Amino acid sequence: MSRLELRHVRKAFGGLDVLADISLSVGASEFVSILGPSGAGKSTLFQLLTGAEHGEGEMLFDGAPLDDHGRHFAFMPQCDALMPWRRILNNATLGLEVQGIRRKAARARVAPLFAEFGLAGFERHFPAQLSGGMRQRAALLRTVVQERDMLLLDEPFGALDALTRTAMQRWLEQMWRHHRWTALLITHDVREAVFLSDRIYVLSARPARIVREIKVPLPRPRSLGGDAARQASALEAEILDIILNPNPPKGHDHD
Amino acid sequence: MISVGLLLLVWELCATYSGIKPTILPAPSRVFEQAMLNREALVDNAIPTIRATLLGFACSLSAAFALSMLVDFFLPLRRALFPVFIVSQTLPLVAIAPLVVLWFGFGLAPKIMLVALVTFFPMLVALVEGYEATEAEIGQMLRAMGAGRWRIFVLARLPSALPYFFAGLRISITYAVVGAIFAEYAGAAKGLGIYMLNAKNNFRPDLVLAAVGVSAALTLVLFGLTVLLQRLAMPWERAGKESAGKGPWR
Repeated sequence: MSRLELRHVRKAFGGLDVLADISLSVGASEFVSILGPSGAGKSTLFQLLTGAEHGEGEMLFDGAPLDDHGRHFAFMPQCDALMPWRRILNNATLGLEVQGIRRKAARARVAPLFAEFGLAGFERHFPAQLSGGMRQRAALLRTVVQERDMLLLDEPFGALDALTRTAMQRWLEQMWRHHRWTALLITHDVREAVFLSDRIYVLSARPARIVREIKVPLPRPRSLGGDAARQASALEAEILDIILNPNPPKGHDHD
Repeated sequence: MISVGLLLLVWELCATYSGIKPTILPAPSRVFEQAMLNREALVDNAIPTIRATLLGFACSLSAAFALSMLVDFFLPLRRALFPVFIVSQTLPLVAIAPLVVLWFGFGLAPKIMLVALVTFFPMLVALVEGYEATEAEIGQMLRAMGAGRWRIFVLARLPSALPYFFAGLRISITYAVVGAIFAEYAGAAKGLGIYMLNAKNNFRPDLVLAAVGVSAALTLVLFGLTVLLQRLAMPWERAGKESAGKGPWR
């Protein structure tokens, strides 16, 4: 049973087609990635989902049309978007405060999660005092405590250095196995998509359409060595080939 | 501090050894001596100036804050109002001050108005630009959380504007005392401005300079207060600087 379903979604900005024809679905407790070149309109898709923009086509959640956008999604933007003037604890409670939960109650709900997110002892710090990886974990903490139906992650590790990014991907995979969030990840990092996802939608360059849907059959926990890693490499090579040699476009090639 | 000391020293030497009469160029030591002798009169005249400065500044601050919010919520207002404010900044104080005194008398009101006139614009611009400087992602995230415009303003736009606001505040506060003195110069019963005018008319440049010293000290104190206030209001700024060695990112 799919939770989020998009049918033939289109979006144009002033005559410029950004999203040509997007149909996709995300099942319950499924981790799905949207993989595409930079500037393909991946972030536009999230703007449609969060209600910042409006497009054509059908967007359904649990079979019903999306109307009250805030209700279903917890959104994590590209940069960490932590408020520099709030301490980490108060950044983490932001979503709950907006929902109208009292500060004290919100803090009580967030505080036990700090250890799991590797942030224990940093509750009273300001974002500027944290490393890039810690800031990103704090941003994810702020996202998941909202307890929405689904996470929207927009290139969450794009601004990190390569080593930190790999560490964060492993950490996120482990966290996901534990919590089984329903998640939609936007990325242009092929390895990241393969490492984290159950399924990957490959987007074309603008105007974006879905070139291919790829299942990732690798066992969890995902590892960086052994047989599974070789399989992953083969899959990564295949995806890179699809992205870098797009002609002839195959249209909808659901397997 | 050293540069100020050096300047005073050169001045002192010039005044003492050049043969210029003290009624033309008094030495700093004489200015200080006369300031001490006349300290009661100076304090007596400084109090109305301080009152006018603070009241004028408070009015200006509230007006700048209220208007900045209005402009932020109704963008067309910005286009309509800004030309008026910009023109208000081109008015020469020399011409406006006597007119305002003529219209509103020798009391407190014209002083408050003139202080507000010279301090209002830098703060308004700083606030409006500060709201605009809010990170777009923070806005989008708050909207996705279900926050309305007012919530976004309070949670994101207002705090984002703080560094800009304090920059504007520091500029404004240095104009404030001068604005009050100008207003008094144009007509007042008491105040540093009228004190300077009287001292000048009595050929006492030493007392003019003593009053200038008081007004400079006032401005420095006010400036110091804004710096202190900024530290208290923005503790995260210092926290960020202290740990900058930890490895900034981006």
